[in-house]
Amino acid sequence: MSYQDVMNRKQQIMKDALRMDYDIFEDPGIGFDYEKMMTSTGYTLEDVMAIQSENNIGQTPLIELKRLSQYARKFAKEGYGARILLKDEAQNLSGSFKARRAAMSIYQAKKLGYKGVIAATSGNYGAAVAALAARAGLKCIIVQECYDSTGVGQPEIIEKARACQAYGAEVVQLSVGPELFYQFLILLEETKYFNASLYSPYGIMGIETLGYEIAQDILKKENRYPDMVICTNAGGGNLTGTARGLKKAGAINTQIVAASVDLTGLHMASDKDFNLKSFTTGHTGFGIPFSTFPDRSDVPRSAARPLRYMDHYGLVNQGSVFFITEALAVLEGMERGPAGNTSLALAFSLAQTLPKDQIIVVQETEYTGAGKHMNAQVSFASDRGIELILGNPLEEKPGKNIIFPASASMLKHKDISMDSLRTSYLKHYQDQMLFDQDYIYLAKELNTSEKHIKQLMEEMNETKTR
Amino acid sequence: MIEAKTYVEIYRIILPAQERSSNLPVDTKRVPFEMRLRGKLLHAAELGDRVEIETATNRIESGILVAVNPFYQHHFGHYVLTMTQIRDIILDETEDLL
Repeated sequence: MSYQDVMNRKQQIMKDALRMDYDIFEDPGIGFDYEKMMTSTGYTLEDVMAIQSENNIGQTPLIELKRLSQYARKFAKEGYGARILLKDEAQNLSGSFKARRAAMSIYQAKKLGYKGVIAATSGNYGAAVAALAARAGLKCIIVQECYDSTGVGQPEIIEKARACQAYGAEVVQLSVGPELFYQFLILLEETKYFNASLYSPYGIMGIETLGYEIAQDILKKENRYPDMVICTNAGGGNLTGTARGLKKAGAINTQIVAASVDLTGLHMASDKDFNLKSFTTGHTGFGIPFSTFPDRSDVPRSAARPLRYMDHYGLVNQGSVFFITEALAVLEGMERGPAGNTSLALAFSLAQTLPKDQIIVVQETEYTGAGKHMNAQVSFASDRGIELILGNPLEEKPGKNIIFPASASMLKHKDISMDSLRTSYLKHYQDQMLFDQDYIYLAKELNTSEKHIKQLMEEMNETKTR
Repeated sequence: MIEAKTYVEIYRIILPAQERSSNLPVDTKRVPFEMRLRGKLLHAAELGDRVEIETATNRIESGILVAVNPFYQHHFGHYVLTMTQIRDIILDETEDLL
């Protein structure tokens, strides 16, 4: 089967593997009806909660990190240094918030009578799908990007393969490249299994309960909603689902902040760069392209559309995330996986910019273990010639060095301007004739006004002609 | 001779370099797109033979037999001095906390 033959059958394969007709959501022009797509599944938030609860998922502890908050406060001006709380999602079945997403896909697959499920993921989602499939008596195949061309596997991804196999799944391990999608389509066509996509409405609605629980928990404890919720951002589903859940609970003024590890300079499809990164997810290599072009995913219209909800986007470097992972262990007694702590590193820096009575919620943690432990990742990096330095983390060069803060006072983040993200998004439409309905759609997609969209388009065209 | 039903790992080139997607960085474009997969050997064979296996979902897949009774060898990494140094920094800077 040639690459092109399979890719040409993409639409039909996807349709058979989700039994969702995306055409009915399309509007004239560039847009589609996002809310109609999200409600088309027929599940309410209460249904989702009940399904998750049956599977030992959700209602995870929300823990105030008092010592870590005090540590950040030491470097803030008088009266500043917000309280940091952490939603301990590692307590979910399979060890991460991804179980919330998998629960809904598996429930739907079972309901529709599929014999098995397939998911394309090198991350925690694989273990989540495998665990839930096991509980539902469904077969499961996880397709991973795992090895470089010399056969060296990323330790974090190898650990996830092990976890998937522990739950009885078949793990197809591939070398670096976007042709993973080609192999994924072949497997869907061959097995007729359900596509447990991270980007279907099922994959997103499962996270709404996370945002909902955060709002409810803080309301109960503090009699108000959190001021800020920080979400580690890669494919955008985590932020989208959490924000939707917060809004459903009434927390409409809570600031929604995206956090990614800054891997600027490393190419995500590069065989050589693959094993030079210490984070396999939660980084800019996914976070920025998926935010600025959500429909690059494995479904016709992605349900993960983070720019609809995002108020700020902050970047932290690899060394800072490892530093905060160590601090979480030695100050709070919580040993967790480094990738899940990306948002915690950003919280440490952002807390210093907010008054001390304000509340920041970091909305996830993940399990840790062999391979996906910070020491495993740092030692792997050092074996591959990455220099380990104590110094100013903002000077880190991904793929060349990892710079750990020489003091927590140096743990600072970088902001990405929201308008630069919006402009990247709009570039996909710069050669297209747009009408009123398109501007209305774009304003919703980019969480701004139609007037502002027009301004950004004009500025973009001016730069182009200059 | 490796007996049938033995747990093994196979390797297969899915797309040779020249058949890969056109939109790739040069270093990726010049190597093949490969797969590794584990399962039970269908017929007795030797390492390096082209064989068939039955996977965990009862599919039959073929490839070169590269490992017998494969197991995971990932770990927590070797000792890294920098990790001790950041711990010391954190403990030192938080000594006065309540």
